[in-house]
Amino acid sequence: MDYRTVLTTCAYCGCGCGLYLEVLDGRVVNTIPCKTTPVNEGKLCVKGWNIHEFIHSPNRLTRPLIRKNGALTEASWEEALDYTAGRLWEIKEKHGSDSLAFLASAKVTNEENYLIQKFARAAVGTNNVDHCARL
Amino acid sequence: MTNSIAELENADCILVIGSNTTSSHPLVATRIFRAKEKGARLVIADPRKIQLALKADLHVRQNLGTDVALLNGIMQVILANGWHNQAFVDERTEGFDAFRKVTEDYPPERVAEITGVKADDIRTMAEWYAKAQAASIVYCMGITQHTTGVDNVKALANLAMLTGQIGREATGVNPLRGQNNVQGACDMGALPNVYTGYQAVNIPDIQNKFQAAWNAKLSDKIGLTIPGILSGLVEGSVKALYVVGENPMMSDPDVNHVEKALRSAEFLVVQDIFLTPTAELAHVVLPGASFAEKDGTFSNTERRVQRVRKAIEPVGDARADWEIMQEVSTRFGYPMNFRSPAEIMDEIARLTPSYGGITYDRLDGEGLCWPCPNKDHPGTKFLHSGRFTRGLGLFHAIEYKPPAETIDEEYPLWLTTGRVHVHYHTGTMTRNSPSLHAEMPEGYLEVNPEDARRLGVRRGDEVRVVSRRGHIVVKAMPTDRVEPGVLFMPFHFVESCANILTNPAHDPIAKIPEYKVCAVRLEKAA
Repeated sequence: MDYRTVLTTCAYCGCGCGLYLEVLDGRVVNTIPCKTTPVNEGKLCVKGWNIHEFIHSPNRLTRPLIRKNGALTEASWEEALDYTAGRLWEIKEKHGSDSLAFLASAKVTNEENYLIQKFARAAVGTNNVDHCARL
Repeated sequence: MTNSIAELENADCILVIGSNTTSSHPLVATRIFRAKEKGARLVIADPRKIQLALKADLHVRQNLGTDVALLNGIMQVILANGWHNQAFVDERTEGFDAFRKVTEDYPPERVAEITGVKADDIRTMAEWYAKAQAASIVYCMGITQHTTGVDNVKALANLAMLTGQIGREATGVNPLRGQNNVQGACDMGALPNVYTGYQAVNIPDIQNKFQAAWNAKLSDKIGLTIPGILSGLVEGSVKALYVVGENPMMSDPDVNHVEKALRSAEFLVVQDIFLTPTAELAHVVLPGASFAEKDGTFSNTERRVQRVRKAIEPVGDARADWEIMQEVSTRFGYPMNFRSPAEIMDEIARLTPSYGGITYDRLDGEGLCWPCPNKDHPGTKFLHSGRFTRGLGLFHAIEYKPPAETIDEEYPLWLTTGRVHVHYHTGTMTRNSPSLHAEMPEGYLEVNPEDARRLGVRRGDEVRVVSRRGHIVVKAMPTDRVEPGVLFMPFHFVESCANILTNPAHDPIAKIPEYKVCAVRLEKAA
């Protein structure tokens, strides 16, 4: 059996508490607060203690979906990525850069937010980028 | 936050206004309790009797949307008694005279009429805050989610500058950022007017810097915020929307309008870890990876950049969002070939002065608080020491304005919305966590026992809440946490979606919707 603990940062609120995810055979099975991270010093709130629970939820999305004949249908990554890039390109060509808009996310990493706005600005050519900072 | 979280415990007066800290930022609340144990005075200004209020030295319950009046009243008392810090005002600020002129029109008796807060309590707040050695302000969405959100924040800045309670250890103005990486998303330029590190898109030197770095022609036209994107979709000027890890079908005001907007999109892409109500409307849904399945960094509310580490492979065929974005970009004709998030951070650091010294090898341990301009810089614990970022601190003369929607005969009750301790935002994560879901499996409506009696409503009865935007059915919870005439409900629950009711009227500058105030009526459900 493969057991590991991985130090990471909580994904709920803006406190940024440090915690260990306990991993057993590729599944996150538990959460342990970290004592040496400065924000939480070994404490967690009720959400933090339970953060491992949604990771393996049976409701997780695990395959790309494309709407076909009105219904979202499983598709391969190749098809989904080509379709996405292709449709975005067509709309940009036909209606101009500012006819596209992007909502980045307060839930994904800094690096991912950087790439989303870089794609919007450098590839598409629009500053129509926002996220739910106000919500 | 201008301060770091740990400093709060060394403040000797903490004013918490519009933050339900124990529910929404429990580990910040820990520091507030520690300060209290050390003898700090704790002042809570909140329309609801939140948990922190039970430990407060003073709790005032201002009427919804009257924060500017309350803060002006506090500052009027400070000025009238000469408790302000004239040396700080002279050396470090500008615009004082115009500010003083407006503020002097808010004596406590007038303010008491507007806010419902007793004049003597306003005097006490003023004295405690102004005379403290190190007073800290803590605020959250109760301040910002108003049509006067910017005014509210400026009024808090006025208060801190007037008393010199900023720019030192344990004293400053501390907005608590709601989402784990909302600070980082802003820092990374996920905003329509700025690149990374708040570098404006319409300043030619900055535009040129990014054009050279990204090898692309960039627009200097400020883009659309979420409300603008949604109306653009309805009007037809916006054709495609790409949503990553957001759920506007529950998080945005007037959900019926949001649905109309999203259904108008010629092409809607949603990248998420769950099939949210927003994803259900998409043309393409791309499965992203959760925080446990990828490397990266988050920036917390005290500007601390911390590592996120991959614990497991993405579930099923899900992929890390940075990898998906690169694939889409490359297929779009703009190749992106970063081999790791660490490489992306290197590019961020090169282009972003406040992140200039941040590299992954420095982030083990405690992380780094920006500004961190170079590799030898230790990071910055609190902001505005010695001088403000803009040079002199600018006072704003601000008049009180009522909320966009006020009660009338047809809609005689005030509704305000917020969060609970076991759920998070639109509930996509917490409601898929069995332990958290079990703690609170459904939404509820707080109603004062007096109003409940008048309507013949008992605990657990289903009631219909009706606003000008729509109506919902929810179970009533009579409680004196809210005052007569005021209702509260959390917005986490799709079955009783509070944002069907809320008012999309928003602040003219920040475009933040007025989630904290709207007018409704209450009926017993059949």
